[in-house]
Amino acid sequence: MTDLKRELRRYVEDNFVMGADGIGFSDADSFMGLYILDSTGFLEVITHLEERYGIQVEDEEMIPENLDSLDNLAAFVDTKRRSLKATGRGA
Amino acid sequence: MPTKTALISDDLRITYGELQRRVEALATLLQIRGVAQGDRVALYLENSIEFAVAVHAALLIGAVFVPISPQTKSDKLNYMLGDTRAKVLLTDARLNPVWRSVVTNASSITACIAVGAPSDDDTAFPWPIPDSNDARCSQTPPTTADDLAAIIYTSGTTGVPKGVMLTHLNMCSAWNSVQSYLQLREDDVIGLALSPSFSYGLYHLLMGLGLGATLVLERSAAFPQKIVERLARERVTVFPGVPTLFSSILWLSNLASFDLSGLRIVTNAAAALPEAHVQRIREVLPNAQLFSMYGMTECKRISYLPPEQLKFRPGSIGRGMPGQEHWLIDADGRRLANGATGELVVRGKHVMRGYWEKPLATAERLKPDSVSGEPVLHTGDIFRSDDEGWLYFVARSDDIIKSRGEKVAPREVENAIYAIPSVRDCAVIGVPDEHWGEAVKAFVTLREGAQLTEREVIRHCLARLESYMAPKFVEFVVDLPRTDSGKVRKLDLR
Repeated sequence: MTDLKRELRRYVEDNFVMGADGIGFSDADSFMGLYILDSTGFLEVITHLEERYGIQVEDEEMIPENLDSLDNLAAFVDTKRRSLKATGRGA
Repeated sequence: MPTKTALISDDLRITYGELQRRVEALATLLQIRGVAQGDRVALYLENSIEFAVAVHAALLIGAVFVPISPQTKSDKLNYMLGDTRAKVLLTDARLNPVWRSVVTNASSITACIAVGAPSDDDTAFPWPIPDSNDARCSQTPPTTADDLAAIIYTSGTTGVPKGVMLTHLNMCSAWNSVQSYLQLREDDVIGLALSPSFSYGLYHLLMGLGLGATLVLERSAAFPQKIVERLARERVTVFPGVPTLFSSILWLSNLASFDLSGLRIVTNAAAALPEAHVQRIREVLPNAQLFSMYGMTECKRISYLPPEQLKFRPGSIGRGMPGQEHWLIDADGRRLANGATGELVVRGKHVMRGYWEKPLATAERLKPDSVSGEPVLHTGDIFRSDDEGWLYFVARSDDIIKSRGEKVAPREVENAIYAIPSVRDCAVIGVPDEHWGEAVKAFVTLREGAQLTEREVIRHCLARLESYMAPKFVEFVVDLPRTDSGKVRKLDLR
């Protein structure tokens, strides 16, 4: 989980936090609240999660509780990966 | 009326009485910080109660409000504050990494007032909280119809944004025309998930509050599930949208579990609504009238298709609206009869005064009418009309892209892509897109040995530009087609 969170932080920092406007954020901070991600940004994140972690993000799962902070993202990916393993569909 | 709910945002609800107190408190602080009639006040704020307060506070003291999307990055914010010589920046402490250095360097700015700023902040004053002991803002001379009310930025072909100057008369005229066909009511509950920094969202906010309706503000369109929940819970009656927003909502797998029967008006603008969306809206919102509309920041609205016409001419944007005249012209400026194709020209009191301190750009768009000699708006949009005058969009006459209804200058996107060290050359065009009207597509050539992926280019742009400007597609090519003089032949890329 710690490695996963570190990897996700790196992804968000590399791709959405521009050098000059560099915004520091804690694991619990809302990406939307800090203007790091907008609706297009969240769609990018979802595409990344699906490609990188082989998970499928359903409509009902596109909610702030799953996506709108590093803590939420990591917990969401972790749960999805576990359920994939449990059903034997995971990579 | 003072006890009626004016605004709902997340769990906050404020009445018209509270709204008035907040507006007066901010107006007073603006005056204390030296804002006088005609001064520009920049609103770098999200879709929030504070945005609504800020617009009305600026108007109350005769100032000119300049809405700037919170997606705007520091370079552009710097340009807009400098261009308008804004006196005060109204913003949010969470955007501090973007505005801090800009405000320090902007010579015109006398104060920055930020939501959530701590009282010991050395760059920003905290947002004022109304207090019954507050001094009331002093009376300013009455504004006249020709005074400026707002400057709203739009993209220019050169890549430098242009400030559209709107007078009180312009804005009230647009309001009256739109109201004459939309017929919003005092008992309406308007669900606003669009940014009020742009004309479409802004007018819903202004008209809704002007009529005494209730507005439900969504901070972001990022979570469609939450939007639908709120539409149902607040019994929203009016919902303005754009094709992307409708796409994200209409096919939610659990949509049927929400009671959306309160919706009586649904509007679409920015890009034509695909036929599948129209069908789906009829299915899931049988009580709602669907208005398909077209406009531009320079005059707010130009045309709407009456809901009953949608089944007969689904691709049409209508044939104008009350309070304006419009016609098509050929390349020589001659008026065309119905059944022709040409540039759409608009005349009316809603047409902007011009672009802020850009007389050349103004002269390109506002040209004297051949008959009356008065300035009329040359939209740059090519339309076809049928025998009865119904209008069908054909194309832009310049290379401006209309992505999600906003104008995007290819030059601005190209400049951002050129900042990637491995990029040798690039060219940006618009390609047809079912949901966005047009999508931004970039053609890129790389330096020798360099590697880059499509997603890397897109994310680079997302970090530097407003998201509607970021390419949706990137194609890597060996060379770009060029004319003998070395200019990229964009026509060959289409």
